[in-house]
Amino acid sequence: MALKHKSLTFKLAVIALAMFGFGFALVPLYDVFCDLTGLNGKTAVTAASADAALIDTSREVVIEFIARPNKEMPWVFKPEVRRMTVHPGEIHIMNYLAENPTGRMIVGQAVPSVSPGQAALYFHKIECFCFTQQQLAGGKNMLMPLQFYVDPALPSQFSTITLSYTLYDVTSAWTGDAAASSQLGE
Amino acid sequence: MSAVVTDHEHEHHDHKPAGIKRWLYTTNHKDIGTMYLVFALIMFFIGGAMAMVIRAELFQPGMQFVEPNFFNQMTTVHGLIMVFGAVMPAFTGLANWMIPMMIGAPDMALPRMNNWSFWILPFAFLILLMSLFMPGGGPSFGWTFYAPLSTTYSGDSTALFVFSVHIMGISSIMGAINVIVTIFNLRAPGMTWMKMPLFVWTWLITAFLLIMVMPVLAGVVTMVLTDKYFGTSFFDAAGGGDPVLFQHIFWFFGHPEVYIMILPAFGIVSSIVPTFARKPLFGYASMVYATSSIALLSFLVWAHHMFTTGMPVAGALFFMYCTMLIAVPTGVKVFNWVATMWRGAMTFEVPMMFALAFIVLFTIGGFSGLMLAITPADFQYHDTYFVVAHFHYVLVTGAVFSIIAAAYYWLPKWTGHMYDEKLGQWHFWCSLISVNMLFFPMHFVGLAGMPRRIPDYALQFADFNAFISIGGFLFGASQLIFVWVLVKCARGGKKATAQVWEGAEGLEWEVPSPAPYHTFETPPVIK
Repeated sequence: MALKHKSLTFKLAVIALAMFGFGFALVPLYDVFCDLTGLNGKTAVTAASADAALIDTSREVVIEFIARPNKEMPWVFKPEVRRMTVHPGEIHIMNYLAENPTGRMIVGQAVPSVSPGQAALYFHKIECFCFTQQQLAGGKNMLMPLQFYVDPALPSQFSTITLSYTLYDVTSAWTGDAAASSQLGE
Repeated sequence: MSAVVTDHEHEHHDHKPAGIKRWLYTTNHKDIGTMYLVFALIMFFIGGAMAMVIRAELFQPGMQFVEPNFFNQMTTVHGLIMVFGAVMPAFTGLANWMIPMMIGAPDMALPRMNNWSFWILPFAFLILLMSLFMPGGGPSFGWTFYAPLSTTYSGDSTALFVFSVHIMGISSIMGAINVIVTIFNLRAPGMTWMKMPLFVWTWLITAFLLIMVMPVLAGVVTMVLTDKYFGTSFFDAAGGGDPVLFQHIFWFFGHPEVYIMILPAFGIVSSIVPTFARKPLFGYASMVYATSSIALLSFLVWAHHMFTTGMPVAGALFFMYCTMLIAVPTGVKVFNWVATMWRGAMTFEVPMMFALAFIVLFTIGGFSGLMLAITPADFQYHDTYFVVAHFHYVLVTGAVFSIIAAAYYWLPKWTGHMYDEKLGQWHFWCSLISVNMLFFPMHFVGLAGMPRRIPDYALQFADFNAFISIGGFLFGASQLIFVWVLVKCARGGKKATAQVWEGAEGLEWEVPSPAPYHTFETPPVIK
């Protein structure tokens, strides 16, 4: 009798422990799911290839640019223009202005989000300041480039795509460029 | 049957240390059940006192009695205490008392673990309540502790909150394992699966839900802890995390959790209604299947709490339809209860009154749940008092009413005395009227746009809120009658017979009242 109890208790305890692990497994699963489906506006943080397909001149897509520093981030951070009309397939460059008004060096990391979320799969970044951490000495400013194109396969119901960047102060976690880019490349 | 029981009567007073040691060291399922129930009642009044603070503050617009930060602590800790301290331990207490008696087992399968799973619980709540006295106060981010409120913007009481939730979780998981092992291994010969009382069935399914989701809760509070103190970024976008991920993991636990708090209630009502309708339960098998399908579906609907997070239409539709699907098995249950009563020889003692109120008022809560499940409508209702009205209908007039009904139903079996029927009826009618004064108008202020968890509100909501607060104070006061009934019944009263209720059937009604300290040491014969 006692043995029967022990073996069932053990099995149930294993289920409980496995579910504790499953809670943590949801973290990578969530990222994989969002990457595959483009849900939640997650866009790739690695470069897309530049060999874009044909340019579809019959169609125009409006790209809106939103940029804001996080509450704890003292930088001034804004796009050069608020919106841009593009043809799918065309490669464009867009500059973001960053200014560090403080007296100390600050490292920033921009995190992108695309809305509507389903369009995220069709917005390709060839080169982006968000791929690496950006270092800026106190009192300096710089232009941070983004090179992108819209996939001609973008479903026809999307006529406007909003690209939003939030810039975070990651100075305390900064470990140098090499480490930063490898961390983001994963 | 009774011969078997009297054989053992001379042993009942053995192996029972006197005084506090009896309760500290006990491995008896009845003692532990009683402790769980008393603990739940104390927590119900502590959480209730916090609700009174909330209603006093909201009695008039503007800031009246408490600081906004303290108001937020009250809403947060009220929710945590009522969910983890009152409703869940009360159901575990009922399970401890009744499941071994209902399946003809001598005790729970793992009695020492049973003792431990109860005795860590008071410490969990001591830690949580002590955090209110820390500098900066206790947790104030809502019982749902959404990141970044609980990570970036919370005080240091968060660590205490996390540890207390860990302890509550361990206690629930141990309790659930005990219930499953008891039901699997200790059923009396002849007690086949489809002969088990529905309370046992619903608790078995609840116990499986508990061991599936409480560990996920433990995981998510651990992530909050490491995000806050150890530099991880599970929910911090700056480090590659995502705050929306928090909501997914939390509600993956949170939605099955609401069924953990209602499935045992279905079992209780399914026991009480046949007794007082003097007819067997209509559609027993369909009740078992409905309970199982509700439990399975509960894992597929979590994101209906998150429609406003910017979900794609396909996702919103999936969660909307799955949520609405739950109405089908729930409807099966409600119709079965009604069919059980149809042409029954009904009487209306207090347990039946609370069970009837449960059926009607829980269904109202179910309907407002269906309204909330409609994605476009939810954009209007989200985070308003409509949501507060919805979940208080299912949890107060649902779960709490079922627990009160169960207490009245089995009290004669526990104490050996009949409770005071007249006082009980007073308790019922005062509760019924005040609870509807308290929660029904919340639907209207919610639809008109009053947000939840805010200590102040726009002037047009003033009259409704004053009325709601009066209902709240009356409901709180009505529960004092309940304590009066309980104390009176424990001290004495008319002797209860073994069967107690004329229409009652089941093994627990075959042992004498009060139930002897040890029951079914020799398995009973199942007819």
